[in-house]
Amino acid sequence: MKEDVTIKEIDNVVVLFSGDSGDGMQLAGNMFSTVSAVLGNDICTFPDYPAEIRAPQGTLGGVSGFKVHVGAKDILTPGDHCEVLVAMNPAALKREYKFLKSSSIIIIDSDTFTEGDLKKAEYKTLDPFEELGIKNHVIDAPLTSMCISSLKDYDMPPKAKSKCKNMMALGLVCWLFNRSVEHAEEMLRTKFAKKPEIAEANIKVLNDGYNYGHNIHASVPTTYKIESKQHEKGIYTDISGNKATAYGFIAAAEKAGMELFLGSYPITPASDILHELSKHKSLGVKTVQCEDEISGCCMSIGASFAGDMAVTSTSGPGLALKSEAINLAVMAELPLVIVDVQRGGPSTGLPTKTEQTDLLQALFGRNGESPMPVVSTTTPCDCFDAAYWACKIAQEYVTPVIILSDAFVANGSSAWKLPDLKDYPEIHQHLVTPEMKETWSPYLRDPKNFTRFRALPGMEGFMHVIGGLEKDQQTGKISYDPANHAEQVENRRKKIEAIAKDLPLLEVQGDADADTLVIGWGGTYGHLLEATKDLQKGGKKIAMAHFQWINPLPLNTEKVLRSYKRLIVAELNDGQFAGYLHMKFPNLPQMYQYNRVEGQPFIVEDLVNAFTKILED
Amino acid sequence: MEKKYTAEDFSNGVKGRWCAGCGDFGLHAALKKALAEIGTAPCNTEIITGIGCSSRMAYHMGGYCFHTIHGRAIAVASGAKIAKPELDVWTVTGDGDCMAIGGNHFIHALRRNVDINIVLLNNRIYGLTKGQYSPTSARGFVSKSSPYGTVEDPFKPAELTIGASGHFFARCVATDLPGSVEMLEAAHAHKGASVVEVLQNCVTFNDNTFGDIYTKEGRAHKAIYLHQGEKMLFGVNKEFGLAQDGFNLKVVKVGEDGYTLDDVLVHDAHCEDTTLQIKLAQMEGPDFPVALGVIRDVKAPNYDWAVEDQIDQVKAKKSYHNFAELLLTNDTWTIK
Repeated sequence: MKEDVTIKEIDNVVVLFSGDSGDGMQLAGNMFSTVSAVLGNDICTFPDYPAEIRAPQGTLGGVSGFKVHVGAKDILTPGDHCEVLVAMNPAALKREYKFLKSSSIIIIDSDTFTEGDLKKAEYKTLDPFEELGIKNHVIDAPLTSMCISSLKDYDMPPKAKSKCKNMMALGLVCWLFNRSVEHAEEMLRTKFAKKPEIAEANIKVLNDGYNYGHNIHASVPTTYKIESKQHEKGIYTDISGNKATAYGFIAAAEKAGMELFLGSYPITPASDILHELSKHKSLGVKTVQCEDEISGCCMSIGASFAGDMAVTSTSGPGLALKSEAINLAVMAELPLVIVDVQRGGPSTGLPTKTEQTDLLQALFGRNGESPMPVVSTTTPCDCFDAAYWACKIAQEYVTPVIILSDAFVANGSSAWKLPDLKDYPEIHQHLVTPEMKETWSPYLRDPKNFTRFRALPGMEGFMHVIGGLEKDQQTGKISYDPANHAEQVENRRKKIEAIAKDLPLLEVQGDADADTLVIGWGGTYGHLLEATKDLQKGGKKIAMAHFQWINPLPLNTEKVLRSYKRLIVAELNDGQFAGYLHMKFPNLPQMYQYNRVEGQPFIVEDLVNAFTKILED
Repeated sequence: MEKKYTAEDFSNGVKGRWCAGCGDFGLHAALKKALAEIGTAPCNTEIITGIGCSSRMAYHMGGYCFHTIHGRAIAVASGAKIAKPELDVWTVTGDGDCMAIGGNHFIHALRRNVDINIVLLNNRIYGLTKGQYSPTSARGFVSKSSPYGTVEDPFKPAELTIGASGHFFARCVATDLPGSVEMLEAAHAHKGASVVEVLQNCVTFNDNTFGDIYTKEGRAHKAIYLHQGEKMLFGVNKEFGLAQDGFNLKVVKVGEDGYTLDDVLVHDAHCEDTTLQIKLAQMEGPDFPVALGVIRDVKAPNYDWAVEDQIDQVKAKKSYHNFAELLLTNDTWTIK
């Protein structure tokens, strides 16, 4: 036994849980983040899982990781490096050791570091630490055998017993950070409500993991206490981006007094939106798992035509398939929301990884002049607002709207203060009124915002035909008249431009007197803000503007951009937003670009280094 | 009393612009007449079409009409029906639109059994793109895109329908107004996805593809009208009948070669087993008459109402019924 350990106060910590994809690391990570959030911490999580469901056990391809960043406040990213790495096998150690700092602690399950396991993970020697050059402190605990002996009095098959080892690891991590396991116990009871004996077994192992750390002090000199700050009063939950997106749709439909319809086809990393909405039949939500992506979009268009609030969910390859149908919604002028949870491309690309490479596809990937609103999601919680606003704009301007989410935001989670729908704006369908009966035709527009008035099936006296052929703007009949077509092209463009007045202005954060502006959009918000703040802390003058709306851009965009000497556009692609800004606003101030296309989120440290270099340029 | 409508109530007053003599004119008249007799209000009727000559039907009908994109009418119609099952949804499509580019939606709508009525105008040619062979053109068919004849076999819509678990298939000829009206009404009466194959010539690019049966006289000799529960008889004086011959059918003359009326089969469209229905649908000249009428009409649960039922059941079972209640089903914590 060691003497008393010291407890160090820290303001944030990153724990990376990693193991075989069947080891339950996502659950352990999720529980640690929720336990921390309940204690008043800010949280940000990021799962990194393989595309294969179960690669051979113990191999590098099967490693599944879950990063949890918890701290006092303003936790904007899942963090670059980790303070604690839990590696349930040698493959996990090999895959994740790049995230270690010299001060990081490693927890390993020593039961899995046998010669055979090392071989499966392609080590050349029998000393993985020496081989990888790791000099960190290692808590070397036989988690699997401890788990089995902890459950020796339980009537369970040995395989089921060893499955609880993730709770052994979680208990140990909770001890290391002086976190009570009370809330984790509650979570297990809820999760296994229908199998109370499994819940109790997991709780037993969780506590034994905690006690193990406590009793032997796990040969660590220091444990940590994470400061917590009082958050805004309210009820909170931990929410992922995809779930928040689904909730945004449900909220918008309820506010508009409409039924929600989702036509979709399973695709990584968007399927969780389909899964989530499929659960909520008690709210009247209809979901159809269609025969293909095209049908997903077309069924939603049909539902919209019939009067439902219609959405369709997909990822990049699916957006490509849907593009002709989306264009029908552009031309027929029907409300529709398409959410594209971006992944690595092109083609099948990197299905489980994150990128921002669908921006130009969303803006321009259709035949003809086909303007469409595009809104991005900046954080997991922001997905709720983006989805809500996309539905509002779609209904009020009778147009399809694309939401660009991404795998990072969609799978990541953070603490979310439960919203009150009273705080959200009304959503009005742009419908005909009875007095229009005599004079109405389907493409007559509201002079205020160039939006046509819709009549829904079932309304007496408004029968009509719409479709993909160009229509006369007065009569609604098919028209190949050159002047009419030119005007309709302009009308459709002006309609989308008119949306800008309903959108928030672009905000600038950072130094008021900076002459360099960092620009980003979508899911890179946290990383860019953290990098900007780090630079400010280091005495640099810098500001940042982050775009949620891509089309139309906020009304003050040009003014903001032209008030800086230098612009740095940072994005997870080869420069699509930078190119778009150049197209929109010729002769902008000197523009630098920072681009990463690795299928991974930014690394704050790399951003700071790159921006520092530019600032010194 | 339900309000009665006339065919004119289902016209938007815009005259069809098909080639003179096109079968689309015949179907246009039949559809309007059938809708009037069905009696659903025009404002509760949706007519959703794809791309092709026949899909232009949307521009000439009363009701809520939607001219969509190539091959996708059935998907759009499925969404419309599932969203609002209380409305009547019709799809008008052609052999290219439905069997080629839209084939996937066609088979899955049948499998799912969404209660939509699919009117499939089959002229065995692409007309609007000016004369390429279609997925229903016969092997060896010479067209602009197959100058030496095709080297592929056609789909037969009935086989595809039954193969995709379809529960309703009927066939009529575009020039046969009463026959077409009857089939359209039967399709509407069937709850679930129904397919009406309308045989038509393309006067411009594939004239006479259906030969003799395009006229009333021709049909008397070369077609058989199938009626539920009735003997399968045809001919000017109903002198011919269809009888069983091992696992096949054969044409017999009643009173000759020892065949009596008792040997003639009775049509049963309600039979679950598809064997005989497929045989009937496959018949073609010169040895057999072409089968017209409701060939298959079997009851089955349909998707759109099953969704409504499930919603009712889940509503009764679950404790949350609005967004605020949904939020509280999550694992939450309170900061005071």
